Amino acid sequence: MAIEVRDVNKSFGATPVLRDVSLDVAAGSLTALLGPSGGGKSTLLRVIAGLEQPDTGTVRISGVDATRLAPQRRGVGFVFQHYAAFKHLTVFRNVAFGLEVRKRPKDEIRKRVMELLELVHLEKLADRYPSQLSGGQRQRMALARALAVEPQVLLLDEPFGALDAQVRKELRTWLRRLHDEVHVTTVFVTHDQEEAIEVADTIVLLAGGEVVQSGSPGEVYDNPANPFVMRFLGPVTELDGNLVRPHDVEISQDPVEGGSSALVSRVVKLGFEVRVEVEVGGHEAWVQVTREQADRLDLKPGDTVHLRPVPGARSLVLAV
Amino acid sequence: MAKHVLRLIAVAYVMFLLVLPVGLIIWQTFGDGLGPFFESLTSPSALHAFKVTLTVAGLAVVANTIFGVGVAILLVRHEFPGKRLLGAFVDLPMAVSPVVVGLALILVYGRFSPVGGLLESWGIQVIFSTPGMVIATVFVAMPLVARSIIPVLEELGDEQEQAAHTLGASRLQTFLRITLPGIRWALGYGLVLCLARSLGEYGAVAVVSGRLVDQTQTLTLLVEERFQNYDQQGAFAAATTLALIAVVTLLLTKLLRPKDRSDGN
Repeated sequence: MAIEVRDVNKSFGATPVLRDVSLDVAAGSLTALLGPSGGGKSTLLRVIAGLEQPDTGTVRISGVDATRLAPQRRGVGFVFQHYAAFKHLTVFRNVAFGLEVRKRPKDEIRKRVMELLELVHLEKLADRYPSQLSGGQRQRMALARALAVEPQVLLLDEPFGALDAQVRKELRTWLRRLHDEVHVTTVFVTHDQEEAIEVADTIVLLAGGEVVQSGSPGEVYDNPANPFVMRFLGPVTELDGNLVRPHDVEISQDPVEGGSSALVSRVVKLGFEVRVEVEVGGHEAWVQVTREQADRLDLKPGDTVHLRPVPGARSLVLAV
Repeated sequence: MAKHVLRLIAVAYVMFLLVLPVGLIIWQTFGDGLGPFFESLTSPSALHAFKVTLTVAGLAVVANTIFGVGVAILLVRHEFPGKRLLGAFVDLPMAVSPVVVGLALILVYGRFSPVGGLLESWGIQVIFSTPGMVIATVFVAMPLVARSIIPVLEELGDEQEQAAHTLGASRLQTFLRITLPGIRWALGYGLVLCLARSLGEYGAVAVVSGRLVDQTQTLTLLVEERFQNYDQQGAFAAATTLALIAVVTLLLTKLLRPKDRSDGN
């Protein structure tokens, strides 16, 4: 295991932020710490990096107890949401920083920094200052800077949180490809479930300072541990006291076995997918169908339809 | 109409309080040409006063820079009990009259006090000597460096320092490579202010120095002493020199002031 966190507790004043958190991160993996804001995910990342001290519990990095080690001795690379660029240094000197404080020979530094700048596609901007870069470029610079010291683990705190939607999507794909090239054990914090599912190979869900569930994106999406996880990872709707995914509901005009009748209240066409809003058993629900299905059924507000979960659909019983 | 009245008042205010007195001093100084000006400035007493002033101000600036940077980092980056009290103490010299500071120092370090007596037995004379004048100057100029740096440190935040730590930099390396460059303009501004205040200090130094001519006389004390002894030329020459130093420092502060904030993102 590259990172082993055991029974970590941490409070800020009287507010507990992490409660008995244990976590294993496999070497070479790309793990997402996912959860709502205030769930403790950033604090956990900072505890791993040594930027916060846990009240109790231990952190091991590559088998070494790092709980009381200073951040500079842990062999971690850390990327901050707001880049933490060294404003008075050029892009080159920013990336070279970790090597300069290690007093590496000048030629070696130059070679390594230029390699990294090529990796993050900033080789032409080596002499610029951070204030002359866009947000996405600054974040790529910060990533190259963290990679320069060859960390055992790379930690990213909401790395794309301050960027606009377009750049965020590009960087996501790019991070995934970068990880496939560099293979460094990576943990990143995000509150965006789509980002976690798309990029990570392991998702750890944190809420209220506790690990709620962990597993591959497919596992946590298909077998959510509780309604909270199911709601957090994707769209849900309620059918007969069960929580189901709206794309897992079958819709038909004729009564079906085990189905319940519903009244169509609205049909919203969102390009390829169509959102059918219905009233079933006195409360509102919605079903996601394809455009082709919607056209075939010719649904209109006021129609009566019959709904049931598709065979094999995952659903969770809601406590009454 | 109101605008014109306000402008007139402002001009008259500056005219009578600043331009006229300073102009008169300069006119008086150079009234008989440059010869007498340089003659009185190069007299042994004046040269000695220059030396004393530079020594005292120089040492005070060094002490206040180390203290000011230390206190600013302590107040901005660390949480500890008594933090607000320390912050208030740093500002105290601004509120206390320099004469009071001088008297208080005599009470503590004077020959007949326990501390002063002990130091005297080790051969260190504080009052009526350079150490006392340095302490007095350090005290009155104490908040200037710290207060110039504190807002910039706050705005800088600690993320760059944390990033430096994770990249392997020690505390000292982080301070020298990240924190110091981040506050360099504010520090320069604070230094110039501190230097100006130290050069111009009169009250506290007057009390603790004993005003011993050719021994503990600074430039400001020289101006006063010459004036009392009807040597107007000498007084005005020294006063003009002090005014020129003030103008230069003022220009320096103008140059240094806005820079730390303009290179933010």
